[in-house]
Amino acid sequence: MAGLTLTVVSPEREVLREEDVTLVLAPSVEGQLGILPRHAPLITQLEPGTLELRRGAETQHFSITGGFLEVMDNTVTVLADASENASEISRERAEAAREAAVRDLEEARRTHDDMMTTQARLALLRALARLRTVERSRRG
Amino acid sequence: MASPLELRRRIRSVDNTRQITRAMQLVAASRMRRAQEAVQAARPYATHISGMIERLVLATGNDRLPPILQPRPIERTAFLVLTTNRGLAGPLNTNIIRKTVSEIDATSDEIEVSVVVVGKKGQVALRGLYTLTAVFTDISDQPSVLDIAPVTQLLVDGYERGDFDEVRMIYPEFVNILNQQPRVVRLFPVVLPEIQQDAREADIIFEPDPASVLEALIPRFVEMTVYRAMLELAASEQSARMVAMRAATENATELIEGLRLAYNKLRQSRITSEIIDIASGANALADA
Repeated sequence: MAGLTLTVVSPEREVLREEDVTLVLAPSVEGQLGILPRHAPLITQLEPGTLELRRGAETQHFSITGGFLEVMDNTVTVLADASENASEISRERAEAAREAAVRDLEEARRTHDDMMTTQARLALLRALARLRTVERSRRG
Repeated sequence: MASPLELRRRIRSVDNTRQITRAMQLVAASRMRRAQEAVQAARPYATHISGMIERLVLATGNDRLPPILQPRPIERTAFLVLTTNRGLAGPLNTNIIRKTVSEIDATSDEIEVSVVVVGKKGQVALRGLYTLTAVFTDISDQPSVLDIAPVTQLLVDGYERGDFDEVRMIYPEFVNILNQQPRVVRLFPVVLPEIQQDAREADIIFEPDPASVLEALIPRFVEMTVYRAMLELAASEQSARMVAMRAATENATELIEGLRLAYNKLRQSRITSEIIDIASGANALADA
């Protein structure tokens, strides 16, 4: 049976293109979503989290910071706000980013800077999504 | 008439300038290639997001579009003007500023205008003319989506709140190395991708529902549009600088040639007159 084609594109570049994928797991706003080959056409919004793809016994994890997913003609297209492979994520950097975001958030709350609050909250969600991805791929 | 020493100094000074302009030309050339690659790399996302919006609009129906897509009477217009932070980029920024002024002049007097500026050059040129609502000067000339997020956020929030009913963006479009054209595009109300007449509503599952996905997708679409314009600006900046610096380098070379000629002529005439002096002195002695 023909597998799925998975492409992940961010505004900056095409992050990923994988053929013959047997399963895609994505963090939809309605909960975890599993897509098998010959899935019905679908458009959904994604939350920050981990995108998982399986090809036979092989599993790969990607951190995404939110975006949109479309299934059409056996092709899964993810419009990611930003996405990176678990192996490219540095745990230390993600952890440092999380701490910086928490600090910024406190600072922004104190000064009632709306713009900064939004920025810091987004940064925190991104950092958490990355950490989750690293952990999940370690457990593996 | 300049002294030989003075001429030598000027030659050296022009040569120093030429070294700088040549270095800037080379740097701009390599950055331009990178900027052009970034423009290319942004294309797949743009294509996909337009397709997705098209399917969502079709499924939502024109009468049930989310508020962000519903047109309303225009009383306030915001202009987003993209300029560079640094100069020495030929007429690039001047052209953008001129376009901005003519666009604002052409706007009806009944419409309240606000201006949002990206880039120091735009800030300096426009702050004397209009009240600037916001200025962003900390965006790198190799922008990332995160860099421009605050700009988009400001516009999306402002449009949703009703601070303005229309947003137009002015930026230089990179046509080719020698040609960058000021472009005006409307960000709000969002210009939806053209929907083909024969397009039918496919049997698509939407989670949670087409209108809410559409509503969440529109800010991304605007972000992508601004991001791509920033990339065009970056490519335009580097190519304009490259061309300007090439002209400056050629100019300096010509100048040096002229100065060398003058210097050599002067040196030669001094030597000649010295020889004549000596010769006539020797002749006078011999005659005596």
